[in-house]
Amino acid sequence: MNAVLRLLAQRIALGAGSLLAVSVLIFLGTEILPGDVAQAILGQAATPEAVAAIRETLDLNQPAYIRYFDWLGGILQGDLGTSLANRRPIGEMIGERLQNTLFLAAVSAAIAVPLAVFLGLIAARFRNSWLDKSISIATLSTISMPEFFVGYVLIFIFAVTLRWAPSLASVYDSMSLGEKLYAIALPCATLTLVVVAHMMRLTRAAIINVMSSPYIEMAELKGVTRSRITLYHAFPNALSPIINVVVLNLAYLVVGVVLVEVVFVYPGMGQLMVDAVAKRDVPVVQACGLIFAAAYILLNMTADILSILSNPKLRHPRS
Amino acid sequence: MTPLLEIDDLRIEGQSEGDSWFEIVKGVSLTLKRGEVLGLIGESGAGKSTIGLASMGYARSGCRISGGSIRLNEQELFGAPHETLRKIRGVRVAYVAQSAAAAFNPAHTLNAQVCEAAVTHGVMSMDEALKNAKRLYAKLRLPNPETFGDRYPHQVSGGQLQRAMTAMAMVCKPHLIVFDEPTTALDVTTQIEVLAAIKDAIRDEGTAALYITHDLAVVAQIADRIMVLRHGTLVEEGPTGQILHEPKQAYTKALVNVRRVEGEATHRESGPPVLEARNLTAGYDRSLLVLKDVSIALESATTLAVVGESGSGKSTLARVLTGLLPPIEGETVFAGETLSRKLKDRTKEQLRRLQMIYQMPDVALNPRQKVEEILGRPLTFYFGRSGAARRKRVEELLEWVELPRDFAQRYPSELSGGQKQRVCIARALAAEPTVIICDEVTSALDPVVADGVLRLLLRIQNETGLAYVFITHDLATVKAIADSIVVMYQGEIVQQGPKAEVLTPPHHPYTDLLLSSVPEMDTNWLDAVLAERARRKAQGEKVLDSAGL
Repeated sequence: MNAVLRLLAQRIALGAGSLLAVSVLIFLGTEILPGDVAQAILGQAATPEAVAAIRETLDLNQPAYIRYFDWLGGILQGDLGTSLANRRPIGEMIGERLQNTLFLAAVSAAIAVPLAVFLGLIAARFRNSWLDKSISIATLSTISMPEFFVGYVLIFIFAVTLRWAPSLASVYDSMSLGEKLYAIALPCATLTLVVVAHMMRLTRAAIINVMSSPYIEMAELKGVTRSRITLYHAFPNALSPIINVVVLNLAYLVVGVVLVEVVFVYPGMGQLMVDAVAKRDVPVVQACGLIFAAAYILLNMTADILSILSNPKLRHPRS
Repeated sequence: MTPLLEIDDLRIEGQSEGDSWFEIVKGVSLTLKRGEVLGLIGESGAGKSTIGLASMGYARSGCRISGGSIRLNEQELFGAPHETLRKIRGVRVAYVAQSAAAAFNPAHTLNAQVCEAAVTHGVMSMDEALKNAKRLYAKLRLPNPETFGDRYPHQVSGGQLQRAMTAMAMVCKPHLIVFDEPTTALDVTTQIEVLAAIKDAIRDEGTAALYITHDLAVVAQIADRIMVLRHGTLVEEGPTGQILHEPKQAYTKALVNVRRVEGEATHRESGPPVLEARNLTAGYDRSLLVLKDVSIALESATTLAVVGESGSGKSTLARVLTGLLPPIEGETVFAGETLSRKLKDRTKEQLRRLQMIYQMPDVALNPRQKVEEILGRPLTFYFGRSGAARRKRVEELLEWVELPRDFAQRYPSELSGGQKQRVCIARALAAEPTVIICDEVTSALDPVVADGVLRLLLRIQNETGLAYVFITHDLATVKAIADSIVVMYQGEIVQQGPKAEVLTPPHHPYTDLLLSSVPEMDTNWLDAVLAERARRKAQGEKVLDSAGL
């Protein structure tokens, strides 16, 4: 088990390192944005004195690396800083939004991942049959359309024409879980349609790849049924690539949902970040960027770890 | 009584690249009685595996059974629905593949896989299947039969895995087992154990078997009858003794005689060593040494055979000599000069004079280059030849290795395995070397083809005074061509000296084990060897066996 622990420790250390590197990049990125933050806050008509005062209160006169370490130190203590736009603590602003984003992502994932893996298994089991082809055509056509388009089409059909679901996905704390689920039905469906194809295609490809292994032929020569071969012999050995693509799509569900949130006016992180960029609210942009990056790295690290654990040679060492 | 298996005028087709079909098996008929063992023998491409699989009603993708009939227990398998075949496979007829390491699913335990057919076909309950599996493990002399099957495939050795696969085939007590080269991938010392276990198990269980191999000496130990196949047709068929001792067809005679080729016992004059390794210690990791204090000396115009089983460090020795792997300690002296440890620090002249030929000619040749380019490259690189001079030399080299001149315009994929290896030899010769390191150069070839390649190497040596370091696990090859022998075991040299000395008793115990494990063309060889080992063990002599390795 030592080899596994060492590999896991390695992955975690690498993840932490990547996150640190990303924090530097985010800081530098916002640093080299054209324009002056103080100027942006006060507008074109500001007097030089006012600008200087603001610069002083925001510590903008300090060298960049000192401001970076202040920022990083704050984050490590749980302090994401203060919004320039409304002076509220960023942690408070983000907290609720992050919850909403994670809620939407989790519900979408709970539908999309099992569906995609199931469809992938079916497609691989009945490879080249009409079933396989229809699954491929259906999922590929949904992925070929941009997500905002899928979103508007769903709104047109289900909200405007059929009136089954709300077109605006507003959620509040006071809503019950059922009400919330009803509210996010359409954005959730949009996200599912967008991510299923990718995961399903890769599941199918990974299984078919394993299907050419000699142990699959052996199973066939033992008279094992095709369905059992797919599920019992091929699937466990195809897990590693499947886990990777699933996690990549989970990361997309957290990080890449900006467009969908905008289409459905959903109060999530994406909306918040878009607003902050518009208002030049640099600390908020930085905090959002860092949270997105952390989610991305954390999920990929989880994928690595699960891939390692799915390898029987590592789980059961020789002696 | 009706035969167990009747194959009549079987025809199997393979698909070529252009989607057209061509016949691989061209009308083969055979019958197999209950409990009988039939050996199918022939070189690769003879169609023997294809026939073996067809007896289960199975054809690999890209192949199809196109004609004839296959009757198992009077049931026609050709054209039978998939579901019918599925119910027979694993129950009535089972398969043992060549590479156990590949044929076991890495994700499940041995027991889960061994018992799977019995349980999923509803032949036995899991408990019954497990009990039967443990009984078979014991019969196949696997260690700790009670707990052996709890392990995963990668946790047991290759020889054990091969026996576990035999247990897997036997668990439903099938009428017929198809053994497809079950010992080919094993070392000789392991092969003998597995062979003995399989032989006892099929005798005790009363199972009939199709035993497929390219090694006549192996099949002689186990088969009642032998069928010799070539290019998808039957060459000769008869009882094992008759095939071995009174072969009728020229091809069968060639197969029988292949192991009897002894190199002319050349007594070349011993000069100063041309290549010397002094106290080489090497490894891929300091904590895991693959070579430990190895010293060898190769005299000019002679062949030094380095023998040992997989993991003995013999290929690593080749990598160190060529500079591909810098040693941790020790040095390589070539023609009086100490060679640099690393390849990139060696001079062009040193590189030219020390050439290498590899085991797999398929992989050693660039598939996108014509033979002319493959052979011309060293000519340009070492001698600056180009144009007509280069073309002329390429033709000379092809003639030298007994290939037609017009092969220069072919791609490697248009050549057979033996022809490809000849191109590899020609490429090494193009550099006009002093020493060629041959790493298992005949292991991937069929016996008759390998024989031709060995003869070629000997002829070239006589003509040019080349010296060879000949790395192999095949003692028959060693007997045929070596002048002196180095026996390696776990990274160390256990014995070395002139051929006659090493091959004459008393041997080092390991050399003895290695030598006595080489199958001979004698139906009683296996029983005799095992009886001799048992006798010596009973007398308290220290005898190595593969379990003690």
